[in-house]
Amino acid sequence: MSRILDTLRYSKDHEWVRIEGEKAYVGITDYAQDELGEIVFVELPPIGERYKKDEEISSVESVKAASPIINPIEGVVLEANEDLDGSPELINEDCYANHLYVLGSFSQEDYDSMMDGNEYKTYLASL
Amino acid sequence: MIEPLLIDKSKKGRLAYCYPPLDLPRSFDHEFEHLPSHLQREGGARLPEVSELDVVRHFTRLSGMVHGVDNGMYPLGSCTMKYNPKLGEEIAQMAQFTQIHPLQDTSTVQGCLSVMYNLLEDLSSITGMSWGSLQPCAGSHGEYTGLKLIRSYFLKRGDLNRTKVLIPVSAHGTNPASAAVNGFDVVEVASNRKGLVDLDGLKSRLTDEVAALMLTNPNTLGLFEEDILKISEAVHEAGALLYYDGANLNAIMGKARPGDMGFDVLHLNLHKTFSTPHGGGGPGSGPVMVNDLLRPFLPKPDIVLREGGYAFDWDQADSIGKVSMFWGNFLVFLRAYVYILRMGSEGLRAAANHAVLNANYLAKKLKPYYEIPYTGGIMHEFVISVKNYKEQYGVTAEDFAKALIDEGYHPPTVYFPLIVDEALMIEPTESESLENLDAFIDAMIRIAKRAKSDPGSLKKAPISTPVGRLDQVKAVKEARVRY
Repeated sequence: MSRILDTLRYSKDHEWVRIEGEKAYVGITDYAQDELGEIVFVELPPIGERYKKDEEISSVESVKAASPIINPIEGVVLEANEDLDGSPELINEDCYANHLYVLGSFSQEDYDSMMDGNEYKTYLASL
Repeated sequence: MIEPLLIDKSKKGRLAYCYPPLDLPRSFDHEFEHLPSHLQREGGARLPEVSELDVVRHFTRLSGMVHGVDNGMYPLGSCTMKYNPKLGEEIAQMAQFTQIHPLQDTSTVQGCLSVMYNLLEDLSSITGMSWGSLQPCAGSHGEYTGLKLIRSYFLKRGDLNRTKVLIPVSAHGTNPASAAVNGFDVVEVASNRKGLVDLDGLKSRLTDEVAALMLTNPNTLGLFEEDILKISEAVHEAGALLYYDGANLNAIMGKARPGDMGFDVLHLNLHKTFSTPHGGGGPGSGPVMVNDLLRPFLPKPDIVLREGGYAFDWDQADSIGKVSMFWGNFLVFLRAYVYILRMGSEGLRAAANHAVLNANYLAKKLKPYYEIPYTGGIMHEFVISVKNYKEQYGVTAEDFAKALIDEGYHPPTVYFPLIVDEALMIEPTESESLENLDAFIDAMIRIAKRAKSDPGSLKKAPISTPVGRLDQVKAVKEARVRY
């Protein structure tokens, strides 16, 4: 059973978003990390770039495959989680404590249209 | 026991051969003086210093640890690991073919040129295309060349808007790579519930920015794209071209031709379909074949038959140029040509028939034990999903693959295509007899039972090999590619 936190919002591409003030933290879900298997490399997005919703922003490589990260809400990249550079396995260990990147000037509208924990749970059951 | 590296056996001064002193001017040294200093080696190369016997024993021991199609079944999906008949090897070792130089005057190698010319003629008639080039040295190289032809075609027409290439989600990873290396943007096309290209989804993506659709048919699920004529019509109506990835041609060889389906350009893998060795990662051969539309852009030189014999024709204004040193991997062409001549058209058709029959037999027998998500019209290969075993018993596709090693088989392709969870992709090829297929089925059933009764034992596999389960993550994160 995949772990889902009620405090986060979710995309169909299995990214999560958490808002703290002016910042939106983005990561991948427990379902995604489990499907990927052991993660060996995380490509981090360039700081200062603006990305639209549903735009490919970076990628995560596991022993099985390389998978694109689809940006779930529009915004400008403020920070990338440098911890993942040498230790990509942090995502396997705790995908919700280890975000991929942080967006600023993000679209509240995009965030509001994302699934909440219950909706995401239903969505996973339909796959 | 792990075989040490040769460098670990190195003893300073130990030699296999002593050459007499050089009595010719060292002309090469002079050439190297022009290299920038940062490209010049400072010390000598650190090579193993070992005796001839050390080398012979080392490689003889290693050869006993290798699994090839010569010592067991190799059902590696999409790779068509069929048997390579020894007749091809024998002919490829004839001095008349091995003791020649690619820069020899063509009048002295007419036989070799006739092999290349006749092979191109045969490949044209097998695929339904006009002509081709044998230069590409691998499937991916053929793809690269094919996409480059498409690019040149649109550049020549002044149609600079077509920057996108459509690729189904089930495609080989080389497809998007080939498109990207040629400067195209890749757009994914979804599959429908049957595992085939979603025709409506495709049509909605066919804008005037699309240069080509790349398709594998049968696709990587082993299913024939039954809408291929409609797909072809839609692609051409949109002004785009249709690319055929020949990875799975073995299923339809002699039965159906990509040219008749409307494909404009394709690549073949002689090392798959035409039974030349995959041997140690190469050499391969990935000829590219085209229709009349793209023929002017083919790599040069072309091989032509003129009065007086075979010749290379360099006079092709629109050619994309050369794509390999010399003329490609000649000894691979030769083996493929021997295979085609020996099989004849009836034999090639029989090979395709048996490849499809074998895959369907395996799928049918394994169905009670394994989930096969897409079964509508299985051709030469099929894809199992062990998702249910993972959910109930924690046993993954990787564990099943490793357990097969202990049963004496090379594992199937795993975790591909990406649209099937916990995928095992099985392609038996036509080479295997009924008895061999039954033995493989028994092994698969034994593993399925163990997955339920003793899942922990699968996690430990393989136990019969010189080294057990390798740490893949460590291998990727701390890659050491030299000693």
